[in-house]
Amino acid sequence: MQRPVNLLEFTLGSLWRRKYKHLALILVYALIVATLGSVLFLTTALKHEATVSLVDAPEIVVQRIVAGRHDLTPVSAAALIEKFPGVAAVTPRVWGYYYDSLIRANLTLIGLSGQHQHLDLLEGRLPEQATECAIGQGVAEAFGPGLGDLLVLENSAKQRAEYRITGLFRAESNLLTNDLVVMSDAAIRQFFSIADSLATDLAVRVRNPREIGTIAKKISYNLPRSRPITRDEIMHTYDTLFNWRSGMLLAVSVAALIAFCILAWDRATGLNAEEKREIGVLKAIGWETSDILGIKFWEGLVISVTAFLLGVIAAWLHVFVLGAPALTPLLKGWSVLFPEFRLTAVIDYYQLLVLAVLSIVPYLVCTLVPSWKAAVTDPEQILRGE
Amino acid sequence: MMSCLRAVNVRKLYHAGRPDETCALDQVSVTIDAGEVVVLAGPSGSGKTTLLSLLGCMARPTSGEVFLGERSVGRLQEHFLARLRREHFGFVFQQYQLLGGLSVLDNVMLPLYPAGMALSKIRLRAEELLDRFELRDKKHKTIAQLSGGEQQRVAISRALIADPRVLIADEPTAHLDQELAGRLLAHLAELKAEGKTILIASHDPSVINAGLIDRQVLLRHGQLETGER
Repeated sequence: MQRPVNLLEFTLGSLWRRKYKHLALILVYALIVATLGSVLFLTTALKHEATVSLVDAPEIVVQRIVAGRHDLTPVSAAALIEKFPGVAAVTPRVWGYYYDSLIRANLTLIGLSGQHQHLDLLEGRLPEQATECAIGQGVAEAFGPGLGDLLVLENSAKQRAEYRITGLFRAESNLLTNDLVVMSDAAIRQFFSIADSLATDLAVRVRNPREIGTIAKKISYNLPRSRPITRDEIMHTYDTLFNWRSGMLLAVSVAALIAFCILAWDRATGLNAEEKREIGVLKAIGWETSDILGIKFWEGLVISVTAFLLGVIAAWLHVFVLGAPALTPLLKGWSVLFPEFRLTAVIDYYQLLVLAVLSIVPYLVCTLVPSWKAAVTDPEQILRGE
Repeated sequence: MMSCLRAVNVRKLYHAGRPDETCALDQVSVTIDAGEVVVLAGPSGSGKTTLLSLLGCMARPTSGEVFLGERSVGRLQEHFLARLRREHFGFVFQQYQLLGGLSVLDNVMLPLYPAGMALSKIRLRAEELLDRFELRDKKHKTIAQLSGGEQQRVAISRALIADPRVLIADEPTAHLDQELAGRLLAHLAELKAEGKTILIASHDPSVINAGLIDRQVLLRHGQLETGER
């Protein structure tokens, strides 16, 4: 048991001897791990946000399509869909996007009756009158008002619209509520000038999940100008979108990792004369090949694990504390228009394990193989510099 | 007297089978008795260092046999040879071959790191040797901070830490002035008195003719010229 302890002690001393070289190596290595880790953390967190936001979403959302674009839906269509067997409820929803030129952000304004998602209020209560609203944290931070203050917007008629803030949202997903302003249906209709006979879309609740596809087909058949979107389709779209974007970034990052491995291999295979001499000296004074490999293994492990941990911590800080400023434009796409939001810290441990294996194992191989080649030759040859 | 080391008809080829093949030793036989101090003499390129390497289990002969005591060791696997080097031999190399950046103490401790001894015991033994060679106050210095003579005493301390039966020194006075060479020979005489077998490769007359030398083995062009009994 004493032998590995001695070898580890020697390794740590050896690392310290060339501290500047090893520090530079660890920094470059950690930077690559941090890049890969940031992509993985951000993708996982965004997928989580998307999944959480869809948990309470209706099974089918029906939109009206005119000239290939989303248009307002007649509320009367709800009565027709409600008659389909298996449909539990149909709710006309009124909502819309509001771009505020002051804060240069998009807000989502939604009517209370159409809000199916489970939203916990951090403070206060939901709006009860047309002059009240509840807002997400991002909106509160962007505009600055708090509970009881007025939220001042400009409606579709370019007139000032004031709403007393009665509640602040808290939700597991920051993405879900961050840009949200919830008002009464009447207030939304008035704000966007939506007639009572129209709705933004229809939320359809289905009793049996296996019936969703059939009901969607029926809606499409009976309402030719409609586009039913199932919850699974939205989920799939998110998955595809984030997988594609993260895949692109990962491809670039993996290329960087491979370049690093080649560099490490090149450096390691070309053990410099001093390192070869040291191996020769150690062998000449009685160290076995396994002892040399032992110290090289410890050395590689200390460097790679340190770099991996530093890289993962840096990735965590980058994504969950700083909001991934280096990657957000690529991964979040149009959603950069949202008020700034903080991602919920979610880690996929399997991905982390893969990242650990992909970064630590190649480095260990790069370290061990050339050392093994140097260590199996007669020490006399190494000392002669052959 | 019992033989300690023996080479029988050893031949050593470098780059065997290649156009630059070199025969460093050819059919050399030599016996070193326990407690004997033998100097391998001869001009540069005569095969002194190669013979030291073979007798010190640092290289394997291309043909012939090497014996440590009565055991043939020339064909042993590398990890057995490494253990023999650690337990039976102490080496003082021509360029000292100390590890720069490590402290004097760490350099002396080096051979025993893989021996499985507690570090505290190894450290204690190293400090005793540094005391003996008047290097105690230098133990935390790096090798680059030492003079040539001090570096050599560190190399001798390192060679002795595992209490070997045989001390092998390759051109030990090559980088020393006359005074330091004299001190080195005095140290070797002390070790001889303790019963160590000492094998020195040198072409320095002050070593070859030193009083402690029991016998001289002369090599020329990889062949034994005189000295084998």
